[in-house]
Amino acid sequence: MTATATSTPPPAAPKVSGGKGGRTRLSFPVVLLIVAGALLALSAVRAITGAQDVTSAGQISAALAMAVPIGLAGLGGLWAERAGVVNIGLEGMMILGTFFGAWAGWQTSPWLGVLAGIIGGMLGGLLHAVATVTFGVDHIISGIAINILALGFTTYFAKLWFNTGEAAAKGGSPKQSPPADDITSVTIPGLSDWLHSIEKHHWFFVSDVAGVIGGLVTNVSLLTVLAVILFVVTFFVLWKTSFGLRLRSCGENPIAAESLGVNVYRYKYIAVIISGGMAGLGGAFLSLVTSHIYNEGQTGGRGYIGLAAMIFGNWRPGGLAMGAGLFGFADALQLRNGGESVHALLLLLVVVLAVLAAWKLYRKSFVQGAVSAVIAAAVLVWYLATDTVPTEFVSATPYIVTLLVLSLSAQRLRMPKADGMRYRKGQGK
Amino acid sequence: MKKFDKERLLLGIAAPVLAIVVAFLVTALVLAATGKEPFSAFGIMFDYGVKSDSQVYILNKATTYYLAGLAVAVGFRMNLFNIGVDGQYRLAAFFAAAVGGALTLPGALQIPLIILTAMIVGAMWAGIAGVLKVTRGVSEVVSTIMLNAIATAIIGYLLQQGRLGHLDEAGTKISTTPLPESSHFFEFPTTPTPVWGFIVVAVVAGIAYWFTLSRTRFGFDLRTVGQSGSAAEASGVNVKKMVVTSMLISGAVAGLVGMPTLLNDSYEYSGDFPIGIGFTGIAIALLGRNHPIGIALGALLWGFLERGTGKLEFEGYDKEIVGVIQGVIVLCVVIAYEVVRRYGLKRQQSKVGAELAAQAARNSDQQEVSA
Repeated sequence: MTATATSTPPPAAPKVSGGKGGRTRLSFPVVLLIVAGALLALSAVRAITGAQDVTSAGQISAALAMAVPIGLAGLGGLWAERAGVVNIGLEGMMILGTFFGAWAGWQTSPWLGVLAGIIGGMLGGLLHAVATVTFGVDHIISGIAINILALGFTTYFAKLWFNTGEAAAKGGSPKQSPPADDITSVTIPGLSDWLHSIEKHHWFFVSDVAGVIGGLVTNVSLLTVLAVILFVVTFFVLWKTSFGLRLRSCGENPIAAESLGVNVYRYKYIAVIISGGMAGLGGAFLSLVTSHIYNEGQTGGRGYIGLAAMIFGNWRPGGLAMGAGLFGFADALQLRNGGESVHALLLLLVVVLAVLAAWKLYRKSFVQGAVSAVIAAAVLVWYLATDTVPTEFVSATPYIVTLLVLSLSAQRLRMPKADGMRYRKGQGK
Repeated sequence: MKKFDKERLLLGIAAPVLAIVVAFLVTALVLAATGKEPFSAFGIMFDYGVKSDSQVYILNKATTYYLAGLAVAVGFRMNLFNIGVDGQYRLAAFFAAAVGGALTLPGALQIPLIILTAMIVGAMWAGIAGVLKVTRGVSEVVSTIMLNAIATAIIGYLLQQGRLGHLDEAGTKISTTPLPESSHFFEFPTTPTPVWGFIVVAVVAGIAYWFTLSRTRFGFDLRTVGQSGSAAEASGVNVKKMVVTSMLISGAVAGLVGMPTLLNDSYEYSGDFPIGIGFTGIAIALLGRNHPIGIALGALLWGFLERGTGKLEFEGYDKEIVGVIQGVIVLCVVIAYEVVRRYGLKRQQSKVGAELAAQAARNSDQQEVSA
């Protein structure tokens, strides 16, 4: 058959970029060292500037609560992109999660709400899978379409379902649902009080550690615990099972996977539907834990930030968790007298930029070094000339952090080889 | 000379028509499922949508949407996803309004100055994403989304009394200083309400878009990069430069998006300046397949849907159904285009195959004769 010879040749097998060529993988002790270093830097900032809230239990607890929906959205992105489907529709799936979560949540129990939110997100994921896998629509275009559709759909049904009859009597309106019951929060008895008492002394480092741990063990929603478990499960399933290996092979080289007998379409479908479910759970967390009600525009672009957190985390769950934590921390600053804390953190930014500048100059890349030094000087002037940061800029902090971090790290990242590419069954023959 | 393929044209039109039909069916299902009579709703929408005041409204809305669609399409043509049109046009309109409010020059000077400010601000905001993409490898999808949010923060910060904000006489609304009378753009004196003069600029922009992309070297390079970056690179195109340039152009066009509203309607930037038009632009560019006429039709359709559903509110329906209709249309359209593309590809392949087979048969016949 000569006709088949004209079809596109299969892409060459991806080069293995492991070993010394790529970036060395962070081992567990190194991660601990990084965490300790960050904590040390934060306590230094707190001690120097007197912005006590930077490492307080309240701040950390708020950061955790803000990080969970971002992390879950990112986890959704991770599942989809590991199977080679870019999912920018996470935002829309999250919206479906907030809506269905609150809809079932106020009528029955919040846990049924969680389930409904997951199912809502999965429906969004299914739609994305149909469009991208079966019909081969460009992934980003399909994702945007789903975001538009999810917004339109929930806006219409919110007015229909939350503004009538019993719902309206219980506080529903066209733009918000009646409140749902609480999901139980747990506190480790004894430990958090003890940590709190240490924190109040404002000792250097010790109080900061106490604040951070205190924040992580006080008033933790069971849904947060579930989210943490999902991170571990995701890592285990994707990296330690043959199912996960096959799924990831669809994202690296679907043609090779197909030749080994993997049903690529099925794996992509499963991955994208799970992805939607994760995003839906993230949405349900927003409407059931963060605020107890559905609110129009509640997601506030967290689906996109989740995607950014995943990219920041180099398409791996551990990195994603760190990214989500960072964004959650920045998000939480905005909730709690953020101006002062962000102002204090400017000092940290100055130090980081100065170190970066010195490193770049040492490595003889003078332009980058000079740019970093100039920015560091500008931020320092800003820090010295003001007492606080205007609230508008506090709210922009997560986005600026995302941009900064991505522009510093994007070149070191490696996404799945066939991520975002169209694939049709049998195209490699 | 390009051979005119009637069937290909038919296929091109079939896709959006199919999508719109499906979208109306789905909407009818949604309405029926929620206990409302669907077909009279469409009747109401259509009757109201063709009234003369509705036509003016639709044209004016479409002017804005058309520019947004163009801005997005410039990026789409080279596979750049400028999700940031939203932030670009808001920031551009804000600074243009501030500049316009601060000056009192003759209109012939001031209006171009305002428009130029908007285009420059839009281009710079988009340029950040372009530069980050080529120098630091940051995906423009993520960076433009972040820039949207940052633009919101900047406007929120500057739009306050004592900065660039200006409290109106009632003391309830903060806006930029209103533009002087001289910088109001001309209007077509239609009844009952005038058609905005900015529609002329939109048409010119559409023609410029068409000309640049299909009749210039730059447009050819741009489309080449969109279809294959490596092929473009091999033929001597500086891909990085193209990315930054087209981001700048996309941003400059995005800067125009707020201008019809600013120069023909609100004359100031305040909290109720229309938001989210960048995302509408994405939908419209998808609908119009990045073609200048297609985008115009998409923009008109969007204007019509919004006008028509607005009326539904008074007839016992909910106007929010417009979001469902629009969302379903977009999703159906992108799927329909892909289905049609595949069908066309298959058709082409089988045609080529048939021709080759016929040729081979002829050749073997000749061989037999000569033998």
